[in-house]
Amino acid sequence: MNWTGRRLPRTEDPALLRGEGAFTADLAAGARAVRFLRSPFAAGRILSIAAPDLPPGALLVTGADLEGVGAIRPELFRFNYRAIAQPVLPRERVHFVGQPIAAVVAATPEEAEDIAEAVLLDIEPEEAVVTIEDALRPGAPTLHAEAPGNVVVDGTIRHPDCEAAFARADRIVEFSLRSGRQNATPLEARAGLAAHDRATGRIRLTASCQMPHMLRTGIAALLGMAEADLQVVAPDVGGGFGQKMALFPEYPLLVWLARRHRGSFCWIEDRNENLIASAHSRDQIHHLRAAFAADGTLLGLEADILANTGAFSCYPTTCGVEPLMALAEYPGPYRLPTYSARARALATHTCPAAPYRGVSRPVVTFGLERLMDRAAAALGLDPVALRRRNLVTEFPHVTPTGLTLDQASYVEALDRAVEAADIPAFRARQEAARREGRYLGLGLAVFNERTGYGTPAFAARGMGIVPGYEVVDIAMTPAGEVEVRIGASPHGQGLRTALAQLAADRLGLDPSRIRVIHGDTDRTPYGWGSFASRGAVIAGGATQLAADKLAARLRRAAARLLQAEPDSVTLRDGAAWAGEASIPLTEIARRVHQRSEQLSDLGGFNLAETASYDPGGTFSNACHVAEVEVDAETGHVRILRFLVVEDAGRLLNPLIADGQVHGGVAQGIANALLEEVLYAPDGNPLTGSLADYLPPSAAEIPHIEIIHMETESPETLTGAKGLGEGGAIGAPAAIANAISDALSPFGVDIAELPATPARIRALIRNAR
Amino acid sequence: MKCPPFDYHAPRSQAEALALLARHGEEGKILAGGQSLVPTMAFRLARPARLIDINRIAGLDYCRAEGGRLRIGPLARHARFERPVAPGPTGRLLARAAEHIAHAPIRTRGTFCGSLAHADPASEWCCIALALGADLRVLREGGERLVPAAGWFQSVFTTALAPDELLAEASLPLLGPDWRCGFAEFNRRAGDFALAMAVTALRLDAAGHVAEARIALGGVAGTPILAEAAAASLLGASPTPDSLRAAAAIAAEGFEPTEDAQVPADYRRDLVRAMTRRALEGSLAA
Amino acid sequence: MSKMPIRLTVNGVPHEVAVEPRRSLADTLRDECGLTGTHLGCEHGVCGACTVLLEGEPVRACLLFGVQADGRAVRTVEGLAAADGTLDPLQRAFWENHGLQCGFCTPGFLMLATWMLEQPEPVDEARLRHVLSSNLCRCTGYQNILKSVRAAAQALGKWTEVAPVR
Ligand SMILES: Cc1cc2nc3c(=O)[nH]c(=O)nc-3n(C[C@H](O)[C@H](O)[C@H](O)COP(=O)(O)OP(=O)(O)OC[C@H]3O[C@@H](n4cnc5c(N)ncnc54)[C@H](O)[C@@H]3O)c2cc1C
Ligand code: FES
Ligand code: FES
Repeated sequence: MNWTGRRLPRTEDPALLRGEGAFTADLAAGARAVRFLRSPFAAGRILSIAAPDLPPGALLVTGADLEGVGAIRPELFRFNYRAIAQPVLPRERVHFVGQPIAAVVAATPEEAEDIAEAVLLDIEPEEAVVTIEDALRPGAPTLHAEAPGNVVVDGTIRHPDCEAAFARADRIVEFSLRSGRQNATPLEARAGLAAHDRATGRIRLTASCQMPHMLRTGIAALLGMAEADLQVVAPDVGGGFGQKMALFPEYPLLVWLARRHRGSFCWIEDRNENLIASAHSRDQIHHLRAAFAADGTLLGLEADILANTGAFSCYPTTCGVEPLMALAEYPGPYRLPTYSARARALATHTCPAAPYRGVSRPVVTFGLERLMDRAAAALGLDPVALRRRNLVTEFPHVTPTGLTLDQASYVEALDRAVEAADIPAFRARQEAARREGRYLGLGLAVFNERTGYGTPAFAARGMGIVPGYEVVDIAMTPAGEVEVRIGASPHGQGLRTALAQLAADRLGLDPSRIRVIHGDTDRTPYGWGSFASRGAVIAGGATQLAADKLAARLRRAAARLLQAEPDSVTLRDGAAWAGEASIPLTEIARRVHQRSEQLSDLGGFNLAETASYDPGGTFSNACHVAEVEVDAETGHVRILRFLVVEDAGRLLNPLIADGQVHGGVAQGIANALLEEVLYAPDGNPLTGSLADYLPPSAAEIPHIEIIHMETESPETLTGAKGLGEGGAIGAPAAIANAISDALSPFGVDIAELPATPARIRALIRNAR
Repeated sequence: MKCPPFDYHAPRSQAEALALLARHGEEGKILAGGQSLVPTMAFRLARPARLIDINRIAGLDYCRAEGGRLRIGPLARHARFERPVAPGPTGRLLARAAEHIAHAPIRTRGTFCGSLAHADPASEWCCIALALGADLRVLREGGERLVPAAGWFQSVFTTALAPDELLAEASLPLLGPDWRCGFAEFNRRAGDFALAMAVTALRLDAAGHVAEARIALGGVAGTPILAEAAAASLLGASPTPDSLRAAAAIAAEGFEPTEDAQVPADYRRDLVRAMTRRALEGSLAA
Repeated sequence: MSKMPIRLTVNGVPHEVAVEPRRSLADTLRDECGLTGTHLGCEHGVCGACTVLLEGEPVRACLLFGVQADGRAVRTVEGLAAADGTLDPLQRAFWENHGLQCGFCTPGFLMLATWMLEQPEPVDEARLRHVLSSNLCRCTGYQNILKSVRAAAQALGKWTEVAPVR
C-alpha cells in the first residue's frame, strides 16, 4: 500500500472540527491575566510610569523591575550588520507605537485592561523616523547609536563585468518599485501562558509560536535561567506565516512573572496589538537597472534594495532576512551573466519587521516579472518569448550569487501555463472588451522558490544562530504503535498527516497506527520549526531516515523470529514477511520489549531510533497567470481567472499541497490589492483594526486553478520540494502585470503594491 | 480589547426605557443591535457608564406600511429588509441596499433606527433616509417630536438626538410606481462600509420626463448629503445617457469630500461620479 | 464590578453563571461555560471566528454581551457532532475536502454554514459566496471551505445551480 502521494484527509481535523482543539487561550483557565501597556508615541523619552492605586492582587511591572534581564540582541556576522538591542521592557526610550513598556497583571483580562488604561505615563515625544525616505534623510534622528544613519545591514555584491554588460547593452530598462508594509495576520493572534510548577520548580510556557525550541533557548538566555527548567509548548496554533517565529519581549516577561510570582500568567494578544505591535514585513523599495541585447537576452542586472525593518531586529533571523534574501535571490529562475546589488535594512520608529510568507521574494518577483514585461515592451518582443529566452534550462545551474539551482521545469511550467491560459483567445476577448470601454488584462509570473534549505544556507548568511537541520526520534511502543517525535512545529500545514504517510510506507503500517508528536520541548528533540517552506522536505527527510532505521531493526528481529535472512524480510500490512511466513509487527514490538531475552542481542531493549537531516536545499518553481478586469472609473480590480502551474517535486499529500497553494495565492492577492499597514507621518499607525487593514474575504478571492508538475528533486530524500510560500510569491507579480496589461491603453505601469483602487485611479488620471 | 465597565439595564417597556434615559441620559446609552456601539466600546472609544438595552421591550420590532408611509420600529433589524418589506419602489430600494450592510450575522442584530442614531456617514440607511425624506419620531419622558431627515444629521456620528431621547420610529414615504430608485456603492471588501454610495429617486411623468429628482450621497462627507444641483439638472426632460452623465459630473463637483490616508479627495469625487451615474442608470434600466 | 446571574441554554444544556455585564457572549461561553470552541479573532465584529447561533440566528458573539443571552438558547460548534464524537455531515464535508488548515476560523464557518443550510431556500454559488464572505480565513484561501459547504449542501439536497428567485 502506498500512502505517500495520496489525498488522505488529515488526522488533525476531527478535534478542530468539533471545537475541541486546544489553542493557547483555551488553556488559560485559572491563570492571571496580563495586559501590556504599549507606547502611544513612536519616539520619546520615558520620564515616569506611575501606577494607579492597584486593586489587591494586581501588579504593575516596568523595566525597572527587570534587573538582570538581558536584551534581545540577535547577531549576524556579515553584511555590515550592526547588532541593536531590544529591551524586554524599556527604561529610557520608546521606539515605536505599540512597544510594550509595562505589564499589568490582574484577575481578569477586563480588569487588567482597566488598570493599564489608568497607568500614568509621562513620555516626552521626540521626532520620529517612519519611512525609508525619513531614515535616509541626512540629519535624520538615529534610532540606535550602534547603527549610524539608521543602516542596520548593508550588503553588497559586485561583479566586475557588470559595467561592461551595460556598456554593451542594446537596451537598458530602469525603474523603481515599492511594496507596502504588511502584517501576516494569523487569525489567532499571539498568546502565551506561563505556569510555574511548584513540584519541580519548572516553568511551562504554552505559546502560539512556530519555533518552540528556539523560544526556549532565547528566553532562558535572557532570564539567565537553566534551559532545562523551561518547557515550551506550542499547542494548536492558529496560523503563523512567519509572524510567530520571533522571540518577542512578551514571552520572556511571562516566564519572568511565573518564576518571580510562582503562578500562572496568561497574555492573549488582541487584534489591535497584533496589527500594530507584533511584527510587520515587506515595506521595501527596489531600484532596478537591467541590460538587454536586442534579441531580448538579459545581459546584466543591478539592484538597489531598501527595506524598512522597523525599530528592532528580530531574533533569531535578524532584520537582515528581508534585504539579504533579496540580495541573494534576485536572479530568480533566469540566466543572468552578471549582477551587482546593494541591500540595506533601515531602522525606523515603526513595528519591527519579521519574516512573512515569501520573505522579500514577492517583491523580488514583482521586480523581475515587471522587468520582463517592461523589457518586452521596450524591445518590441513577446513577453513569453522573452522569458523563455532567459529562463534557466540546464541543471544544476549556479547563479551569480552562488546558489545552485537543482532540476526544475521553468520553461515547461511557463509553457503549460501559457497553453492553459489560451492567450490568443484572451487577446480576442481583450480586444472586444476594449471596444466596449472595458479593460481586461493578463499577467504572468514565473519564479522559483528556494525551499528546504538546511544549515549551510543559513550559515552563509552569517547568522549568529544557525537553524536548518531537523532531528526526528522514532519509537515503536510495546503495543506496536509508532511515535514520531519531531523538532519541527507545524501549525496548520498538516505535517502530522504527511509525515505519518511517509513513515507508514517505510514501516508497512497503516498511518492510523502512527502518532506524530510535535510542539513540546519536553517531548521532542531539538529542532527549528515550520518556516521557509521546509516541513515536508526536512522534517520529511528526517522522518524517512528514522523510519528506515526502525524498519531495519524490525526486519532484523523478524528475521530471527521467522528464522530467515534479514535481507529477505519485507514489511507490509502491519507485519514482517519472509516468503509466505509472517509475524505481526505488534508481536515483534511485544517481544522486543517484554521478551528481551530472545532479542536484545540484536540491538537493545527497545525499538527507538534517531535520525537527522540537513539538506542543502532545493528550488521548486511555478508560473502564475492572472486575468483581471479593471474598472477604469473606480480603479477596482476584479480577478477573472487565476491559474497556478506548480512544480514542487513529489507531493506527499496533494490535498494538503493544494491547500498550501490556495492559502499562499490568497495572501498574494491581498498583497497585490488590499492589505497595507499605514502610518501617519508622526509614526502613529492608521491600520489598527480589521476594518482598516483588509485581509480578503471569500468574495475577493477567485477560484484558483492548480496544475501540478512533479519534477522530483535529486537534492532531497523524499523527492519533495517545499511549496508553502510560492502562492504568496507569484500572485502579486502576476496581478501587477495583469493590471498593467489591462491599462496599457493609458500607458499605466504598476510599480507600487498594493495597487489600491485609489492608486490605480490616480495613475489613470495622471496618464490622461 | 474588552469593553469598559458599565451598569446594565434591561427595561421591559418603552416608558421604563424613557424613564431610565431621563435619569441617566448623559452618562448612558441605548443598546440596540450593538453592532456599532460594542466595537466602539471594545476599542474604548466610547465608555458609557450605563447601557439601556431595549432588546427586551416587546413590540418594537415592527415594520409596517401605514398611511402611505413605511413605519419602522427601533428593533426592526437589517435582515428584515433583505426581502422587500412592502411592494413598490421603497421596499425594493431597501432590499437592494440591505445586502450591502455588513454580513448576515451582523444584519440579524443591527437595527435600522440604530443606524440612524449612530449616523455613520457611510450608512446605507442614513443615505436612503435622506434621499427619500424620512421622518424620525423622537421620544423623551413626557415629550415627543418629529425630526425630518434633512434636520437630523449634524456631523460624523452626531445627530439631532438629545441624550435623554429615544429614536422611537423612522418612517419613509412609500413611493408610487412612477418612481425609479437607484442604488450603487463602492467598497474594497464585501460587507465593509462604502467609500462612496449614491441613492437616487426619480419620478417620471406620463411623458417620461423627470418630474421630481432626489440624489443623496453617502460615505463621502461628514454626513450623508443631497446632491441638489445634480438632481435639479435632470428635471423637466427625459433622462438620456448624456444627461445622467452630466448629472453625475455635477454631483462629483458639488461637495467637500472627506479625505484620509486611503482615500484622497479627488478619488472620492471619481467614485461619486461613477456611483451616481450607475445608480441613475440602474434605476432606469430596471 | 458586580456580576449578574444569568441562565442560558447552550447546545441544549442549561447553564447558570454569573457574569459582569460587560463580558461578551463569546467570553461568557469560553470562560464561564468552558466551551472554548468559539474563537476570538478580532473582538470587533470583522472576522466572524466567534459566530454562534442565538435562537437559531447567526450572531457575532463578540458583539453581544453574555447578559443579553439570559434566558436564550445558543448553539456553538461543540453542539454539532453527536455525543460520541461522530461528525455531522457539514463537519464531515470539511474533513473530506480539507476545508481547514489551522482550524482557528473553522468553528465560525461551521456555525455560519449550519445556519445557511438550515434555511428553507436552496443555496447557489452566488449566495454561498455572499454568505460566507462574512468570515475571514487566513489559511485556506477559501477554496476548500467553499468546496466543503457546497458538498454538504449537495449531500443535504440544498444545492441549486440556478439562482433561486428571492
Ligand atoms: C463588521 C461590520 C461591518 C459593518 N458594515 C456596515 C455597513 O456596511 N453599513 C452600515 O450601515 N453599517 C455597517 N455596520 C454597522 C451596523 O449596521 C450597525 O448595526 C449600525 O450601524 C448600528 O445599529 P445598531 O442597532 O447595531 O446600533 P447600536 O450599536 O446598538 O447603537 C449605535 C448607537 O446608536 C444609539 N442608538 C441605537 N438605537 C437607538 C435608538 N432607538 N434611540 C436612540 N439611540 C439609539 C446607541 O446608543 C449608540 O450610540 C457594520 C458593523 C460591523 C461590525
Ligand atoms: S471575534 Fe467576533 S467577529 Fe472577530
Ligand atoms: S484555517 Fe486557519 S484561519 Fe481558516
